[in-house]
Amino acid sequence: MTQVSQLSSSPLLQVSNVVKYYDGAKPALDDVSFSIRKGEFVSVIGPSGAGKSTLLRCINRMIEVSRGEVRFEGISVGELKRKDLKRLRSKIGMIFQHYNLVDRLTVIENVLHGRLGSKSTLAGVMGRYSRDEKRQAMDVIAMLGLGDHVYQRCDRLSGGQKQRVGIGRALVQDPKMILCDEPIASLDPNASRNIMEQLKSFSRQMHITLIVNLHQVEFALKYSDRILGVNRGRLVFDGRPENLSPERIAEIYATESIALREVHRPELRPEARYAS
Amino acid sequence: MPADIFVQRRNNSLFLFAALGALTVGSIVITKYDVAAGFTSVGKALVWGASNFYPDAHSLTKLPEIAQKLWETILMSVAATTVAAVFAVVLAMIGSRTTRINTLFSVVARGLASVFRNIPLVAWAMILMLAFSQSLLTGYLALFFGSLGFLTRAFIETVDEASIHAVEALTATGASYSSIILQAVLPSSLPQMISWLLFMIDTNIRDATLVGLLTGTGIGFSFDLYYKNFQFHDASLVVIVIVIAIIVIETISNYIRRIIL
Repeated sequence: MTQVSQLSSSPLLQVSNVVKYYDGAKPALDDVSFSIRKGEFVSVIGPSGAGKSTLLRCINRMIEVSRGEVRFEGISVGELKRKDLKRLRSKIGMIFQHYNLVDRLTVIENVLHGRLGSKSTLAGVMGRYSRDEKRQAMDVIAMLGLGDHVYQRCDRLSGGQKQRVGIGRALVQDPKMILCDEPIASLDPNASRNIMEQLKSFSRQMHITLIVNLHQVEFALKYSDRILGVNRGRLVFDGRPENLSPERIAEIYATESIALREVHRPELRPEARYAS
Repeated sequence: MPADIFVQRRNNSLFLFAALGALTVGSIVITKYDVAAGFTSVGKALVWGASNFYPDAHSLTKLPEIAQKLWETILMSVAATTVAAVFAVVLAMIGSRTTRINTLFSVVARGLASVFRNIPLVAWAMILMLAFSQSLLTGYLALFFGSLGFLTRAFIETVDEASIHAVEALTATGASYSSIILQAVLPSSLPQMISWLLFMIDTNIRDATLVGLLTGTGIGFSFDLYYKNFQFHDASLVVIVIVIAIIVIETISNYIRRIIL
């Protein structure tokens, strides 16, 4: 293992030989290694059940790895004690397919939840936020175009709006990196584009590193700096979008039956891919 | 062979009906239950009820006494339920898959709730009577233990259903356990919990009558006393008062439920 320094050239995230078993049979992740630099926009693509969500959750240790190592800013995530793990998580935002908001609370309350990781336990329990935190949350909400919905309950919002609240919650963490688990899988094409544009702009303007699990290859091709392809727990592609040929896509999405793939994944057919 | 599934479905339904029929006939034969007499006696009971079991002018003079007993019973039920609810929230947090601290505590909490829930109320009353004799405390504790078991179970399901996703999100932000409970779990589950609490109060007022009958307290005891002294007019007034009280309380709790949910 080489000595990792805090130089800008060193990767923000280093995943080395990670293996994850849920049960004895076959691994959900099988010897996955890659590293990500600060500010990169990385998409992870692959068929359902390939291990994309597991991979994402191993990074902030929502799931424990069975073997291998994850290093974030040079620190080995697996060795962190509870308190340090919380501090690490407070630097990494997370966005979910089903938004994972407290639906009965308002937009501002949900966004402020992003601050809980940086507060004392007592202040967190009491739900006391400083003036600065509230102002920051307001700014983020305005930036996301939710200014008219600040005090609206989240169960009254559309899917796209809910996802923006989810993004707001991640942004008020002042994160170095945001992990996005299928952020647009439940959204219509318009809302999907909107969310992806916003994610892209945060990556550009705030230099936030993004790792995005995606179902839609065309979105991955359009927005990311780099694409990781996962199939049955193995990393089968790691490169720039322009190097991702239709043949490589077919390889990433390889299943036992070609016919099944054609039916269920029309976006994989080359003509569908170039049509959008 | 896609057609097979329909044949299988039909066979399953036929089998189910056959089994139910066999069970019914079997139990009738074994217990020597006379079906015809069973139904005709309903009519006789109605006739008897109409001619004896109604409040008369004299029984109305007992109303203040009955009302006072009823009030006592309602308060006891409410107190038992609300205190049980507080303990049930704690047990539910420990027992829920979403919020548990570790697996061992979770199993213990679930086990405890299951034991409390599965001992019938009447058994609770009888057991507690040995320790506390015929007193309000016996009835209170019997309702308390039964409610604790039921509410813990209901709250565990509420928490798992309402907050699992939000808990995941807040855990990922690095929030502390207690912050997650107070900022995400309780806000998501509280309305449903209150709804269960109101339901439990309803049920407990009904059950308190039975428990009172056993423990010699409250409205149940009044009923027992009148009934056994052949004062059917007074006993019928007790029943009517209980029914009215339960309808009123149900209306109130339905109203509250509509507002909070």
